[in-house]
Amino acid sequence: MSAIRAFGAYLPARVVGNAELAERVGSEASRIRDVSGIEERRYATADESVAGMAAEAARQCFERAGAVAGDVGLIIVSSGSSERQFPGPASQVAQLLGTAQIPAIDLPMASAGGLFGMALAATLAPQYGNVLVVASEKMSTIMAREPADPGTAILFGDGAGACLIAAGDGTARIIATVLHSDGSFADDLRLEFGSPLAMNGRSVIMQASRKIPAAIHEVLEKNNRKPHDVEIFLMHQANQNLIDRVARAIQVEPPKFYSNIARYGNTSSASMLIAASEWWQNPGPCAGQLICFAAFGAGFHWGALLVEVM
Amino acid sequence: MDNKERIATILKNVSKKPAVPDSTESLFDSGYLDSFALPDVVGELEREFGIQIPDSDLNPRKFESIARIESYIESRK
Repeated sequence: MSAIRAFGAYLPARVVGNAELAERVGSEASRIRDVSGIEERRYATADESVAGMAAEAARQCFERAGAVAGDVGLIIVSSGSSERQFPGPASQVAQLLGTAQIPAIDLPMASAGGLFGMALAATLAPQYGNVLVVASEKMSTIMAREPADPGTAILFGDGAGACLIAAGDGTARIIATVLHSDGSFADDLRLEFGSPLAMNGRSVIMQASRKIPAAIHEVLEKNNRKPHDVEIFLMHQANQNLIDRVARAIQVEPPKFYSNIARYGNTSSASMLIAASEWWQNPGPCAGQLICFAAFGAGFHWGALLVEVM
Repeated sequence: MDNKERIATILKNVSKKPAVPDSTESLFDSGYLDSFALPDVVGELEREFGIQIPDSDLNPRKFESIARIESYIESRK
């Protein structure tokens, strides 16, 4: 059974507060916080690429795992904001890490990419050994496209998260995964080439409000567990109001859902792994705890993953 | 109570506002509901009318106004 060895993250240094964005989109800083829970986010510089941020997150992950890049047999890189159509950043991440000969797979999935990457890694680790999953997003480049939609331009930030998954021992065993996709609503959250992000917020909220709780229940039922058995929920950081809504839907207190969205905004596929990286450091896992990951994003793709701390 | 009145009662309870917009006026463009209230409205509609609204029907346009909600509820009978 596959296990998580460690997480890592990278956040650009530049902090962009609501006041700076409010002026651009014709809103107010307090309103941005009220509708999203976001107070600030990080924006990468021109020198910080999707692959570069991914490699930095991976290096921190290796350090925490006591591993080196040479230990990795497969790299999976998720990004919905890579700088070019192809090749995606995966091969470049491998090159930056000095592992250029191993297979490197791109997942151009946006918000659910980190979760799907972890689930794939859990399946593939017995064949490839250590699998590095990285999710890296430079959403600021997309948010800079005109015309800016005030409803989406305020939400997103840049960053990368990483997770090392092994076939054998680790910190936490991956005991169940559920993944789902439904193209019926593909147009409701999309990024066309060279265009601003297009989002039907009402549709996204309606679907996510149902599908995330359903996926959490599904993954828990696979192991005859209930939401109150879970120590912490590490969910895609889309919007604080959505996180709170999911908590209510599964009848747990909102603090059971780790949240860093106030500081980083929505970093798309990177957000769940960044959240995991922070929680894993403080307070960190204890033996026997159940931890539930969940994500929802463009596609729509969604799912949940359950781990038990060893 | 007819269906329109039952829908109006649900909207008042969810929005915590006393009066509902005109039947064909957008509940969202009028500022009566925000996006995060919509899932609550859907849940209350399911309870009030004893129906299960499938995810495939969760198109915001179906719930844009009282008239559209009424039309959707009628279609489920």
